[in-house]
Amino acid sequence: MTFSDWLRVDRLPHIYCAGCGNGTVINCTLSAVDQMGWKKEETVFVSGIGCSSRAPGYIVTDSLHTTHGRALAFATGIKLANPSLNVVVFTGDGDLAAIGGNHFIHACRRNIDITVVCMNNMIYGMTGGQGSPTTPRMALSTTTPYGSVEPAFDLCELAIAAGANYVSRWTSYHVKELTRAILAGLRTPGLSFIEALVQCPTNYGRRNRYRQAIDQIEYFKEHGMLVEKARRLREEGKEIPPDTIILGELARRNRPAMGVKA
Amino acid sequence: MTRIEFMQGNVASAEGALAAGCTFFAGYPITPSTEVAEHMAAKLPKRGGVFIQMEDEIASIAAVIGASWTGARAMTATSGPGFSLMMENIGYAVMTETPCVIVNIQRGGPSTGQPTMSAQADMLQCRFGSHGDYSIIALAPASVQEMYELTAEAFNLADRFRVPVFVMADEIVGHMRERIEIPESVPVVGRRPLEPGMLPFRPGEDLVPGFPRFGSGFGVHVTGLTHDERGYPCATSPKVHEDLVKRLVEKVESKRHEIADYRVTNPDAEIVFVTYGSPARSVEQAIHDNPGLDIGHLRFRVVWPFPEKALGEFRNARAFIVPEQNLGQMAREIERHTRVPVIRLPRFGGALHTPEELVAAVEGVR
Repeated sequence: MTFSDWLRVDRLPHIYCAGCGNGTVINCTLSAVDQMGWKKEETVFVSGIGCSSRAPGYIVTDSLHTTHGRALAFATGIKLANPSLNVVVFTGDGDLAAIGGNHFIHACRRNIDITVVCMNNMIYGMTGGQGSPTTPRMALSTTTPYGSVEPAFDLCELAIAAGANYVSRWTSYHVKELTRAILAGLRTPGLSFIEALVQCPTNYGRRNRYRQAIDQIEYFKEHGMLVEKARRLREEGKEIPPDTIILGELARRNRPAMGVKA
Repeated sequence: MTRIEFMQGNVASAEGALAAGCTFFAGYPITPSTEVAEHMAAKLPKRGGVFIQMEDEIASIAAVIGASWTGARAMTATSGPGFSLMMENIGYAVMTETPCVIVNIQRGGPSTGQPTMSAQADMLQCRFGSHGDYSIIALAPASVQEMYELTAEAFNLADRFRVPVFVMADEIVGHMRERIEIPESVPVVGRRPLEPGMLPFRPGEDLVPGFPRFGSGFGVHVTGLTHDERGYPCATSPKVHEDLVKRLVEKVESKRHEIADYRVTNPDAEIVFVTYGSPARSVEQAIHDNPGLDIGHLRFRVVWPFPEKALGEFRNARAFIVPEQNLGQMAREIERHTRVPVIRLPRFGGALHTPEELVAAVEGVR
């Protein structure tokens, strides 16, 4: 079996824009799920609302496409009612960090045994490009036409502080690393949070100096820095540029978890 | 063997749920419903069920819906402000045809209102509170006994029709303690499973599709978007949307006379009280105390879908008097279904109608 066997082919083509990074993250996730050897009838994908949240609709397993921001609360019900099901949540930055912020904190606190893959495109893509809690300072969007003045959320730091057992960040450029990180998350009991920065050429890129999809992927490549290197530089007292994207495994621990298969 | 106990209404509701096979409860503490959650927290883990206190009411109903898709009989309990928060996901349960039970121990509103006082002020919210057109089922217990019986029955109705079913109690029945007869077992009619090879959202003759439980190999996609019979999003077709929403409404409304459950006292009376919940008790007392008064009583145990045929049981009725713990929410519905004058008798703020003021209302009509 390959990852493509998990796709619901009669629903293709998908709705994603040309150049969107979400497809990459779906492929990486399905590759990781496939490597787990999970059975389709024992696997459930859950999502909220937004571009990322359409992903479960393209996967052949049982799936729940829920209300905006609430995917983790629905997933909690599924996992606790039947811990033998493998539960993976797809979410986006607006879905998870804005309207769903409280559910995110508490799912991490409970450390419920699900894997959360966040496709962070730093914008509200589906509604046409409004600012989100992860829109970088001074980035342009339809609701920040003069540049965002709000500091952006670091979702991984939030997940670590709230208690998740596994936290990792990669981008749509780092497909091998991202797949390995999701696999590690699937294997870790408790809540695993994998943030994947993705390009959104239609609504983020074209307003923020990325003329083509590849330009934003190049940006991820050039500004990404492994967490180990960042730690070393800090120890040496060296400055890390503020637009650096810290990548890699940010937390792996064994706190008590809920909903773990007996 | 039937067991006699002295029990609080909220506890009886939890016991009714347990008797019906409820295995999942998610909730958030709110007065005056909290004892339902507390009792479930004490009882469910010992029976292998799951109790979880979620971060808010939105998460509670979300977890209930998620649990229901694994096949569990799942419920939550709340009161006015929490009920309002649940409304978006209640609409989701309607759209996705997810069976679930929501117990609302009503308190005074709007807003935070009167947390410890009784009301029947969410009667229209439970029917119309979420966006879009839909239909639901709501039950209204008037005693501790009925808190038990109707909560248990709510699960059967939820499973049969695949809709959220509401137990719309008021604080008085929620918090009163009285004698209750607990039967050895309650009738349990579960959901009909989806047959292999059938589409997950293609309805049978009763307009209700079979249920494809998560983990049973159907690979069903469940979405709150307008969807076709495969469950696939199809949000831009007027026909698909119209067919779906009409069916969601019809599957309940076409069975309204089957779902109807009411009690008739003195059908020949000219002046008839129409009640649900606690005010029924004052009416019963007034009838008991004034045998010569010749008053009728129609008491709804099901309020939605509205059982309008019940009004026809009183052929000689000259007036319907409707005592409610609100400004006339159900009286408005009764007016829509009769030409006989409907007299509103609101008594709210927490106080219950006294038998004396009910008798005075009858004298006023004569």
